This record gives sequence, C-alpha cells and structure tokens, in this order.
Amino acid sequence: MLSIEELRVEVGGKTILKNVNMEIPDGETHILFGPNGSGKTSLMMTLMGFSGYNVTRGKITFKGEDITYMPIYERARLGIGVSFQRPPTINGLKTRSIVEISAGTRSVDVDELAKQLNFSDFLDRDVNNNFSGGEIKRSELLQLMAQQPDLVLLDEPESGVDLESIVLIGDTINLLLRRGIKHPLEKPHKDIDRTKSALVITHTGHILNYITADKGQVLYDGVLCCSRNAREILKWIREYGYKECVRCTQ
Amino acid sequence: MYTINDAKDVNLDLNKYKVDAEDHAYIKDLSQIESTDANQLLDIGVDTDEKNRVGTFIQKDKSVIHCKTMQDGIEVMSISQAQKKHGWLSDYIWKNISPDTDKFTSQANEKPHEGYFIRSLPGIKTEHPVQSCLYIAKEGFSQNVHNIVIAEENSELHIITGCATAPHLVSGLHVGVSEFYVKKGAKLIFTMIHDWGEKINVRPRTVTTVEEGGLVISNYISLRPVGSLNMYPTTYLNGKGAVARFNSVLVANKGDFMDVGSRIVLNAPDTRAEIISRAIASGGTIIARGDLVGKVSGIKAHLECKGLILNNGLMHAIPELRAYVPGVEMSHEAAVGKIDQREIEYLMARGIDEDEAISTIVRGFLNVDIEGLPPNFKNKLDKIISETQKDMI
Repeated sequence: MLSIEELRVEVGGKTILKNVNMEIPDGETHILFGPNGSGKTSLMMTLMGFSGYNVTRGKITFKGEDITYMPIYERARLGIGVSFQRPPTINGLKTRSIVEISAGTRSVDVDELAKQLNFSDFLDRDVNNNFSGGEIKRSELLQLMAQQPDLVLLDEPESGVDLESIVLIGDTINLLLRRGIKHPLEKPHKDIDRTKSALVITHTGHILNYITADKGQVLYDGVLCCSRNAREILKWIREYGYKECVRCTQ
Repeated sequence: MYTINDAKDVNLDLNKYKVDAEDHAYIKDLSQIESTDANQLLDIGVDTDEKNRVGTFIQKDKSVIHCKTMQDGIEVMSISQAQKKHGWLSDYIWKNISPDTDKFTSQANEKPHEGYFIRSLPGIKTEHPVQSCLYIAKEGFSQNVHNIVIAEENSELHIITGCATAPHLVSGLHVGVSEFYVKKGAKLIFTMIHDWGEKINVRPRTVTTVEEGGLVISNYISLRPVGSLNMYPTTYLNGKGAVARFNSVLVANKGDFMDVGSRIVLNAPDTRAEIISRAIASGGTIIARGDLVGKVSGIKAHLECKGLILNNGLMHAIPELRAYVPGVEMSHEAAVGKIDQREIEYLMARGIDEDEAISTIVRGFLNVDIEGLPPNFKNKLDKIISETQKDMI
C-alpha cells in the first residue's frame, strides 16, 4: 500500500525527518509513537503533500505510484485520507458541505453518517468553528467516512476526547478500516477482506484499546528507530520513557 | 487604483448626464417584458411570475412600466401617484433627509424621475415580499428617484429591490433618495441587490427612522462591476427598544470604486444595532465604513467588518464608534486578510483542486446568513455568489 524510502524532509530550512524507511502492506494498521517534536506530524503532512514540507531526498510510493511530488488533491483522489489534529476553521462553509466535498463522486447519505457519529447537530455549523477537541475528531472522521480512503492517516485520534467518545471514535475507525464487522456470517473469518490500511499517531496509546494494531514504530529524532508489536513498544515507553530510543538509535 | 483621496474625483460632474429620457410603455403582464430586460431583472431577484410576491414596482429610466399590489393592506405605487392619493405624504417627503444634503439630493429634488411608494397598513404583514426594480436603459441618463417606505404600527413589510442597467449601457448615473419610516412595533426587512455596469455611477441616499419597538433589517448586496458607488445610509433608532441590523456583501472588481458604509444612531434606551459587512477587493477599491453612535445609556451596538483581498486591490476599513454617555456597550471588529493557505490545503486533502478550494472558501466568506430571505431567493443569491467568484479567480 505505502512505501517510504530514505525520506528526508526539511521544514523551514531545518531537517525534521532524516532518513525514514517504512512499509505499510495492504490491510495493516501501523501505530506511530514518538516524543513531541520527533517529526510524527511532519511525516503525515509530507505523506499528504502539504506545502512547507520539502522532500530533499527519498521517495514515497502509494499503490505502486510515485507520489513524492504529487499535488495534495491527487493523493486524496488516489485514496489517502487524513484526520488532522488541528484543522483550520472555514467560516461560512457548512460541515455538511465539506462532507459532500469529501464524498467526491460517491453518493453518500450525509445525514445517516452524521447520525452514526452523533454529529447531526453540527452539520449546519461552520467547519471547525468553536468545535471542542472531541467534536473536531468526529468531524474529521465524518469526512473520512464520506471519503472512504484506502490509507487512513490519523493524527492522535484520542487527544482531547472524553472517555465516552473514545469508544465511538474507536468504533468509527474500525468501520473505516472495515474491521467493525461484528457478525461475519456470510464468509469465513479468514476470507474477510483486509484491504484498508492505516497509520495512527498516538501519544498516550489509549487508542490501542479500541483498534487492532498490526505493528508499532517509533519515530525518534527524525529516524524510525524501532519496529515491533505496538503494545510491547507502549509498555517500554511507559516504563522507561523515550530515553531507551536514544540507545537504539546509537 | 483609487484610494480614499480619490473620493472627489469620482464625485463626478452632473452636467455630463442627461436628465430626460423617452417614455417607456406600461406593461400590464410581466411575461411580456423584453427578454433582454427580463434576464437582467431575474438576476437581481425580480420574480417575473410574481408568484411569491405580493406586489411589484418596476421603473425603466423615468417611466413606471409595471406596478401592482396583490395583498390588501399593502400599497405599492409611484411616488407621484402616492402624492395625489395621500395628501399627508408631504409630512414624509424630505423629512428624514434634506434636499440640501449634497448635490445629488438637490438633483433628485430639482429633476425628479418618480420612485416608489411602498406602505404596509397598521397590523398588516406581507405574506411574501414586495419587489421593486429601478432600471436604466438610456445611455448617459441620470435617473433621479425618490422612494418612500412606511411600515405602519405593528405591521411587517418585506421588500426586495434590485437595481440594474441594460447590458449595452456604457455610462449612467443613479441617484436614489430613500426615506424609510418604521413605526411603533413594526418590522421592515429590506434587501437590495445591485447589478450595475462597469461605468455606472451610483449615489443612493437613504435615511431611516425607527420608532419604539420597531425593527429594521437591511441587506445590501453588490457583487457585479460598478463604476463608482458611494453611500452611507443612516438609521435613527428613536424609540425605546428599537433594533437595526445591517448586512452587506460587496465585491469590487478591477476599476471599481466603492465607498460604502452604514451609520446607526442609537437615540433611545434599550436600542440595539448591528452592522456586519463582508467585502472582497478583487482588483478594485473598497472603503468599508461603519459608524455607531450611542446617545443614551443602556444601548448595545456591534460592528463587524471583514475584508479579503484577491488579485490586489485596496480594502480600507474604517469602523467608528462614538459614545456620548456612560453605560453604553459598543464594540467593533475589523479584519482584512488573504485566504489562509492552510484552509486551501485542508480542502485539497478532501480531494478538490486548488481553484475549487479557493472558490469554496470565497463562497463561504461571502455567505453571511442573511436574515429574512425567501428560500428560492436565497438559492438564487447563492448562484450569483457562485458565478461571481468564478469571474474573480
């Protein structure tokens, strides 16, 4: 699905990502850990093609296509979708409209989707205008539900979300990744398609209680320094902090 | 490009304009209006079917070509007709505003060409809006109209008025003196859409008085090219608890000069005023003014002016607050900027290209939730905004 090779990225003349290699196969969910300022969000913004994130070396391949310098909207149309942590407010644009934009040519029942996310009352409000942390997450996921991307990039989906809503957020992510099927009676379990992939940034690891991760990785000082079971990584970080990563990168 | 110092230069020479025009025949049935004219009228919100309107007034150059009312208790007629019918009208004409105010008001006094009289009788509420249209078809004509609107006690009057010119017109001047009277407990919703030509100069002079418990909502929309537009409508809230809300949406294209503002004087206790404007300088100049004047304690007033600059141009915001007594609550908020790149890229991440993203943001910017518009009219307005922003980018 996604392949990143020797990626180096500069932001404002400063090298933020030094040498990132990453592989996300079809159907896998990867968790990205890392301390503040390690470059997690920069990696996500680079994958989406945002301005200000200059790739100075390396290559990003998505579905076999080199997307390193592709415009943002083409990446979106190709199947990458992002849930932003701090999206901008767009005055005068209703949430309903941005969900319709996200749907593109797909026919989508916006009201029904919003109902699932308990977000119906927000459809006629301006996009992200005075939304709380949890409301922003639900708005972002609603847009992704309409967009139906093949690769979902989630930047701290649990931050600022109360305990009640985190269940809803987790359920929605599983739905997005087609993991939420509760009674797969029509097919044997082994035949259920797992084609949707995800890269999830987390600080706290709370989200791991609600979604199934295939792998965890740690980004430290612009380099991926660890790649193993996500829960194991989380346990290490809880016990020893990120200072263990220093030893790993040496 | 014009700046605020050029106001005198665009203050134009009245002698260059003709003050007489041929008469146009009266049209009994609006479906028989010339198609070129009809298209222009549709664009500014005139419903030629008259289905969702309770009255119509259309003036072409100096001739009233259509005028009728379809609801009891609502009067729509030309000002000259109204003067004949209502002897008392002299108590209203040139009472809110003096003919000596400036050369345009004196021109309207000395060389008048009709104008409308619209009145709702006490307690009557318009079921649908009354529509009016002032249209210039003669090249180089100075159309000088005088309008009177009276919302009698506890009535509710909704007016949609559009002004436009024939498509071929190069030069022209529109002088419009308007005196609005909102009586005790009455409500007036007045929406004005302008669609002039590139060299047309426009000088509306409007003064409104509002009595106790009265409400005036005024919406002004000008998105299409105009040579120069200068107006500073003034509203006096004279009765306790009177309320005024003014919304305007302006776009100045290349070569346009707009000097537009609203002034609201709060003369009575518990009065409230709000002025909201959205302005886009797309190559042209906009002086966006707003003036709130608090004369008694306990009033509340807010002014919000937001501007956006696309393709250069000048946005000059001049918000003013004047308080004469303690205990007033007045505020203003003015912001001028360009479109935030983060907003553009956020939308692009949902799959639309840069141009579409920009136009979506501009549409949102102009989309002030304008109160009191009928739904079909709102759709039409959205369409006009949509088309306008396409031309800008």
